[in-house]
Amino acid sequence: MKYVDEFRDRKIIDKLASEIREAVDPGRQYNIMEVCGTHTMNVFRFGLRSLLTPNINLISGPGCPVCVTPNEYLDKAIWLAGRNDIIIATFGDMFRVPGSYSSLEKEKVKGNAIKMVYSTTDALALARKNPRQEVVFLGIGFETTIPTVAQSIIAAKREGIKNYSVLCGHKTMPAALKAIAEDKKIRVDGFLLPGHVSAVIGAAPYVFLAKKYCKRCVITGFEPADILQAILMVVRQKTPRVEIQYTRIIAGSGNFLARKSIERVFKKSAAEWRGMGKIKDSGLEIRPEFKDYDADVKFKPKPKKARENKACICGDVIKGVKKPADCKLFGKICNPISPVGSCMVSSEGTCSAYYKYSYKL
Amino acid sequence: MHDLIDSVFIGKFDNKILRRKDDSAVFNVGKKRIAFTTDSYVVNPIFFPGGDIGSLAIYGTVNDLSVCGARPLAISLGLIIEEGLDRNVLEKIAASIADAAKRSGVDIVTGDTKVVEKGSCDKIFINTSGIGEVYYGGLSLERIKSGDVVIVSGSVGKHAVSVLSKREGMEFRTKTKSDSAPLNGLIFNILKVSNKVRFMRDPTRGGLATTLNEIVEGRNFGISVDEKDVPVSGGVREACEMLGFDPLYMACEGRAIVIAAKEDAKNILNAMRRNKKGRIAAVIGQITKEHKGRVILNTRAGGKRSLDMLAGEQLPRIC
Repeated sequence: MKYVDEFRDRKIIDKLASEIREAVDPGRQYNIMEVCGTHTMNVFRFGLRSLLTPNINLISGPGCPVCVTPNEYLDKAIWLAGRNDIIIATFGDMFRVPGSYSSLEKEKVKGNAIKMVYSTTDALALARKNPRQEVVFLGIGFETTIPTVAQSIIAAKREGIKNYSVLCGHKTMPAALKAIAEDKKIRVDGFLLPGHVSAVIGAAPYVFLAKKYCKRCVITGFEPADILQAILMVVRQKTPRVEIQYTRIIAGSGNFLARKSIERVFKKSAAEWRGMGKIKDSGLEIRPEFKDYDADVKFKPKPKKARENKACICGDVIKGVKKPADCKLFGKICNPISPVGSCMVSSEGTCSAYYKYSYKL
Repeated sequence: MHDLIDSVFIGKFDNKILRRKDDSAVFNVGKKRIAFTTDSYVVNPIFFPGGDIGSLAIYGTVNDLSVCGARPLAISLGLIIEEGLDRNVLEKIAASIADAAKRSGVDIVTGDTKVVEKGSCDKIFINTSGIGEVYYGGLSLERIKSGDVVIVSGSVGKHAVSVLSKREGMEFRTKTKSDSAPLNGLIFNILKVSNKVRFMRDPTRGGLATTLNEIVEGRNFGISVDEKDVPVSGGVREACEMLGFDPLYMACEGRAIVIAAKEDAKNILNAMRRNKKGRIAAVIGQITKEHKGRVILNTRAGGKRSLDMLAGEQLPRIC
């Protein structure tokens, strides 16, 4: 497969791994956070840790959209699912995520209408097909996904579709990275920045990470050769700056049209991140002119007060302060079939990656 | 599912044959060694590229018998039909069943039909049981030794991708047809050229990775698999890349995993490749003394990781 096979080529990967070994200063530790969930997954899937020197410590970051979604959001979605006049349309990974008291999967078993969709186009089609019911799309995800959700709202308005709305839980990346850079508990030397988020927002929104917080930054693709090359670039960087490894996709300025459609439909707001708390300007809400498409405004969901399992350390795992194995629940009570925390649910979650792929002998 | 079977059923029905948890039960009737198996089919959609629920129900049972070294002899057919199912659909499925039985060289010798209220089942459910005569004794997990090779008969995951793309109405650039097919001919060819075949399975639900895990579970050997050697078609890779799935966990319905002595690998491969269903058969790994009870994958990228039993279904991801 073009653009995939070349980046999984064993010779190239071996060469990059040996260049990393030569470039590292054996006397120091490199704490590198791979921000995106797909990075985390592919690091495990291709066994990349086994190719790195022990002083390169890869920390899994907050870039799995499901994992950073707080219980409160899920509780609202489940509350909405309980109404007879609502069909919930959701991406697959949200399906099994536990909220405070239930999960969408359990609600579906009870007979509530919950449909898995692969895109917002599918969700809109569902709304057209079921004019007597409301289709609520669960809007989860970062800048990669948000433009498609914005477009679905714009399309619904244009077509006069009245039975479609979005439960907005979208988050944006740079403010969360700022919170990580400022957190004294988290010691990160460099970031592998999310390639596809950057395809939309460009490189400029990260410059502060290098300038103000002295973090080495590389915008990184997702294939094994991408990830290794980016690690090499982080290791070699003398003065912290934002470099682009994923040049085949990213133009420095990102995608103007995608950003435009985000701005048209959404505005910045504070957002609650699971495990990280409320972060200023890190989320989005639907603008008042599109309030007819805002499930929060339309239905005012009122679930019971959210609660978290106190023993679950997903919060610290997301921040990279702790590893899944530090959790008392990991692998015992919490596993991919009955996950306690969100990091176990999403295929891109850190706990799930450790559970599935870790090479224990 | 595995836990469910172990905790609810195995204990209550406990007996020597069941405990082996093979694809078919193998036991003696008089002096004859017999294989006996049953399986139910509830696939949605009932028609998919490369097959349908009818042919699937025949091939599934034929394959379960074949991998136990048995020649399939007779099959029973139980149908549970949802009230209101179009007669033409039923005719089409019946024709497909007849054709599949003919292609596999088995007779359907008994059957049962029930019609249930609308909503009590999804269009049609089929159960088939089959008996076969064992012509190659001694296939057993106990015979597997370190150094043995693991062979797969063809590219993995096509059935799952075919069903998924039809069910979800997804168009991929390369159309993938289900691999659903009878394996008795291919397996006969294999067993003719080697008496050092240790064990066989057809990887269905949960795919190659799940079946390999079932093989090593609780054993004093492990399996190491070379990712680069596992045949995966372009269409399956494309679909999996798109959805965030791992082809190694995608279901097959016409593939065999063969574990055999290394010295016979070449003969077996040649025999397989002469058969249309084994044209791209390949050695994908070996039995190891190390990491007992585990499957380890040597990744295409040169790394190593564990290839565990899949927990739950694979869910498509957000981005």
